[in-house]
Amino acid sequence: MSRQGGRSSAGFGWYLVPGVLASLAVIVVPLVMTVGISFTRWSGVGDPVWVGFENYTRLVHDERFWASFGHILLLIIAMAVIPTLLGLLLAAVLFDYIAKIFGPRWASVFRSGFYLPQVLPVAVTGIVWGWILHPSYGALNRVLDSVGLSSLSRNWLGDPQYALSSVMAVMVWFQLGYPIVMFMSGLQRIDPELYEAADLDGAGWWQRFRHITVHLIKPEFYVVLVTTTIAALKIFGQIFVLTRGGPSNATLVPSYFAWQNFFQKAQVGYGSAISTVLTVLIVVLAFVFLRLQTRDERKGA
Amino acid sequence: MTALATAPEKQAAPAQAGVNRRRYPARFVVLIVLLILLLIVVAPLLVVALNAVKSPSDYASNGPLSIPKSLHWDGIVDFWQRVDFSRKLLNSFITSAAVSVLAVILSVLNAYALGIGRVRGRVWFLVFFLVANLLPQEVLVYPLYYLSKSLHLYDSLLSIIIIFTVIQSAFGTYLLSSVYAEFPTELLDAAAVDGAGRFRTLWRVVVPVSKPTLAVLFTFFFIWTWNEFFLPLVFLVANAHQTVPVALGVLQGEKQMDATTTSASALIGILPAILFFLLFQRTLTRGITAGAIK
Repeated sequence: MSRQGGRSSAGFGWYLVPGVLASLAVIVVPLVMTVGISFTRWSGVGDPVWVGFENYTRLVHDERFWASFGHILLLIIAMAVIPTLLGLLLAAVLFDYIAKIFGPRWASVFRSGFYLPQVLPVAVTGIVWGWILHPSYGALNRVLDSVGLSSLSRNWLGDPQYALSSVMAVMVWFQLGYPIVMFMSGLQRIDPELYEAADLDGAGWWQRFRHITVHLIKPEFYVVLVTTTIAALKIFGQIFVLTRGGPSNATLVPSYFAWQNFFQKAQVGYGSAISTVLTVLIVVLAFVFLRLQTRDERKGA
Repeated sequence: MTALATAPEKQAAPAQAGVNRRRYPARFVVLIVLLILLLIVVAPLLVVALNAVKSPSDYASNGPLSIPKSLHWDGIVDFWQRVDFSRKLLNSFITSAAVSVLAVILSVLNAYALGIGRVRGRVWFLVFFLVANLLPQEVLVYPLYYLSKSLHLYDSLLSIIIIFTVIQSAFGTYLLSSVYAEFPTELLDAAAVDGAGRFRTLWRVVVPVSKPTLAVLFTFFFIWTWNEFFLPLVFLVANAHQTVPVALGVLQGEKQMDATTTSASALIGILPAILFFLLFQRTLTRGITAGAIK
């Protein structure tokens, strides 16, 4: 508070100059250009031709576009909903069951283990799973064969019927660690006396989880849900390495769809329209979440 | 796996009387369920390690889960030489190191003006950096590709370094501004009394005091940049310029690979990441949550 009185903010503006110039060049100008290009037909060479909303009307009628967003909805379940819920449960078990009965060291080992997939480069994750799920030389089918369950083996990533489910399973594996780490650190804020009081009242573990943990962990819950949902909307690397959007577009996602239009089909205008829609969606979603969160906080206070 | 454990957390409460009352076997059921779950999570990586050092014939006859008959390093060595992996490691290292240093500097400068200087319109700047964080890279990629081509920066590490410095510093600015907004006023006033100018205050007071946060940012920028795939895939086309993830990602699917070579390639992609994980583990767990609640 006293800062406002004593010291002026004169002379600080200069420190923003490098950051503002760099952001203009790398973020603002490209962003504006992409939005502009989305109203043109352009192959990347020569001059773009202004076509108004043609790209957007084409999008609305393009079933691949709708399919790519449909896949994203399922990926949000796999990357945001399941990891958040499962992560909350696991974090609570680790924090106030494992850590208390077996010691905090055990809880840390579990936490690190679950977090491990998150530190791997996305492309490497793709290679690992691409191999394990490979129809002929992959580990999963080999293992199924060797235990006599060859009827269960599938072309996991190559069959349109199973490709998206396989990708979803991989994504749950990949994402689970992040909510666990976030929630476990959030739980450390909670006053242990609350738990003790609940214990004295004879509340069971599940009751404490429902009535104390879930309530007090809300700030982290929002953050995790927003970040993972946005990550799902942006997914590219895993799709590129695992399936390249295939087979027959069964795992096509917006970012890969945009990339295809930019760099394979030379339909830069159309690709720009796809990215613009995706961007608007992400920004709107983030602000809706933020609003919900602040409203919730006010209600709590 | 115990090597991955962090030091016991001091916040974790000691075993309490209330819990000790209920020492029935159910707790071992919980532990076993968790161990099985953990095994499922790490199994893919263990299987990769197992088969990376297995000879192709051993794999063909004994399958993916058998212990290698003898350590067979040829798969790793062949793959390493075939993709010139040392070069990719160097490229990744140069890019990540340069980006993390530059992005931390840029974040500090921005946050100094926004968090401590409270320049006019700071809310709008913060909103801008927040939105910049959210943007999918797809919406920037084509103009950046086009502009870098016309500036003759395309297919160079420099282009990637510049782009990621700005992208990472958007996050850094956002996070650091909220940290600097709470910066102890007494320290700033003391510096002002000593006649320190803006730059001296930044360099002698603000930076040293906020070093732990800067270390977290540095670590994150390094690992994020190391793991980046989309923009490096677009910008680094020549073999000699590729980073580790791009080299591995592009190879996947294009060349006919067998099980042991694939595992070998995955393993050498995993190892640096695990190394960083072990090196930076404490900073990482501290940092993952730093963005959540200021």
